[in-house]
Amino acid sequence: MDALHRLLRPTFWKLVFVLVVGAGLYATWLRFTKGLGAATALSDRFPWGIWIGFDILCGVGLAAGGFTMAAAVHIFRVKRFEAVVRPAILTAFLGYVLVVFALMFDLGRPWVVWHPLVMWNPHSVMFEVAWCVMLYTTVLALEFSPMVFERLGWSRALRRVRRALPYFVVLGVLLSTLHQSSLGSLYLIVPTKLHPLWYTPLLPIQFFLSAAAIGSAMVLFESRLSGRAFGHELPAAVRVDLARVMMVLLVPFALLRLADLARRGALGLAFEPTMEALLFQVEFSLGVVLPIVLVAIRRVRHSPQGPFVAAICAILGFVTHRLNVSITGMDATQKTGYFPAWTELAVTMMIVAFGFVAFALAVKFLPVFHRVAAESDGAEAAH
Amino acid sequence: MKGLLIDVTRCIGCWECSNACAKANSLPPVDSLTRATGADLSADRFTVLRKVELGDRGRRYVRRMCMHCLEPTCASVCPVGALHRTPQGPVVYEVDRCIGCRYCIMACPHNVPRYEWDEAAPRVRKCVLCAPRVARGEPTACAAACPMAATVFGDRKELLAEARRRMVESPDLYEGGVFGEWEAGGTGVLFLSDVPFGSIGFPSNLPDHPLGANTEAVLSHLPDVLLIGGSLLFGLQWIIHRRDKLAEEAEAVVAEGAAAKEDAAGRPLVTNGGGGK
Repeated sequence: MDALHRLLRPTFWKLVFVLVVGAGLYATWLRFTKGLGAATALSDRFPWGIWIGFDILCGVGLAAGGFTMAAAVHIFRVKRFEAVVRPAILTAFLGYVLVVFALMFDLGRPWVVWHPLVMWNPHSVMFEVAWCVMLYTTVLALEFSPMVFERLGWSRALRRVRRALPYFVVLGVLLSTLHQSSLGSLYLIVPTKLHPLWYTPLLPIQFFLSAAAIGSAMVLFESRLSGRAFGHELPAAVRVDLARVMMVLLVPFALLRLADLARRGALGLAFEPTMEALLFQVEFSLGVVLPIVLVAIRRVRHSPQGPFVAAICAILGFVTHRLNVSITGMDATQKTGYFPAWTELAVTMMIVAFGFVAFALAVKFLPVFHRVAAESDGAEAAH
Repeated sequence: MKGLLIDVTRCIGCWECSNACAKANSLPPVDSLTRATGADLSADRFTVLRKVELGDRGRRYVRRMCMHCLEPTCASVCPVGALHRTPQGPVVYEVDRCIGCRYCIMACPHNVPRYEWDEAAPRVRKCVLCAPRVARGEPTACAAACPMAATVFGDRKELLAEARRRMVESPDLYEGGVFGEWEAGGTGVLFLSDVPFGSIGFPSNLPDHPLGANTEAVLSHLPDVLLIGGSLLFGLQWIIHRRDKLAEEAEAVVAEGAAAKEDAAGRPLVTNGGGGK
């Protein structure tokens, strides 16, 4: 078999994948036979680690391109972004599926993950989060389904989904707004435990704004990577516009962050000789200010690398912010010195690896990028 | 509404409360090593004594246990309602609802709930104020076992009155009022001390309102977001799609006109419909 041979031919990335998945599977076995204690560095004083901080908080945030691009194309009819709406929705769908997958590792009793469906506590942010995850994953599956139906040639199913698409998109934007902000709301309950550089009553708004900004950054990032691998570059004008959208959303985030720190009298903490201050400086200067400045400079914005570099900075800054909220900022008061066990990292890396492979397979076998030049989604959705 | 009054000045550090608690909850007994070296709360230790050395002010023994908040943060954050406060006062846990998200452990301002980290089917563990005994009209095991009446069981209102009576009786002895009267909305377990509460390990930065109010204030806006956001988005979508459709029609008309009359008015009036089919 030719295809089989091609699949089995060793390459560097295939080797990495096998190693990462091997380590991840061992960690999985440890987690589900010996419990969370054997597989993680978590403790009663530090009950949420990197599986929440990265896999969930960053995973959901990095999927935000799905709702921003869907809103841009299907609600605001920005024709220029029609080329990127499909990869953005694919990323969001895979992101949410992997978030649910990661949740199975972190939950102590994952076999009753469905309980929030029937056991309600509307006072709980976690209850809102649970419902948002369930509903939005369903909506994303529907938004993603045209790629599959098109591939299979199921034209009747395709027509039906397309007719309903505008409604799904509005629903998806609403659910995303709630979900992205509620991840920040989760931390409103720990005013005495989270470091004042990160605790603020505005956490839900900050989480929403940063996610919305990072949506375009992720589209830039992944279209560049898959463009390299599959040979379809984004048009320069689209790259520049995505970078602009990212900047326009990062600016209010930056201003809100500074104004909030100043109002709470916490700005001085950013310049003290502490680990927290250093991490804040990295997060804010390299992850927020630098990408804004890069995009603001016309020459950089219009250069072939500029938008991509700015997007990478913003993504790293975004991840740093969420890890600072969930890990650094919490450990500043809990003082457990939490650092993820290697098995925690192995599971996280395995999940990221699954994400990359699933994305690559989808791009290869489904009409994600290569229908770009043909008829537009947005126009059909109207009829 | 039942609770406990714990007077730090009366505690002699005998660990009988912890031992009685262990018996009542089928936990491993408190051995002499634990009494000597101390222990922290754990999945099989629902109350412990914290030994605090205060230099020239001597040594204090401070009980650690679930504070049985009047508006428990743990119950507010639990997505499935696995934790709730019974009308009698105890904050209890139902493992059959729990999904193991550990938000209760994150959120508790007193750092009380413990997790069975080494179990494949872990539970959250903490003091339940001997809810079954209290339901039978008995005091908690710890209060019944205390030889110094340092821990007393009763109605919270009466316990507060008793605490005030003691403070009036010995005005120079006590310091810092009653811990638990207001902290995070008030607790069922009340403390009296002759040294500042901050110096014997109590959190000093708790607001007077229940912490659940922080998140409930945001959650109360959820229907507004759905209603306003939903109607605005649908409205915008309707306007924009309509505008695009009209633009396409106008374009078609203009194109027809142009085909019919060679010398048409030139380009269509619309600017944004150019990308259509």
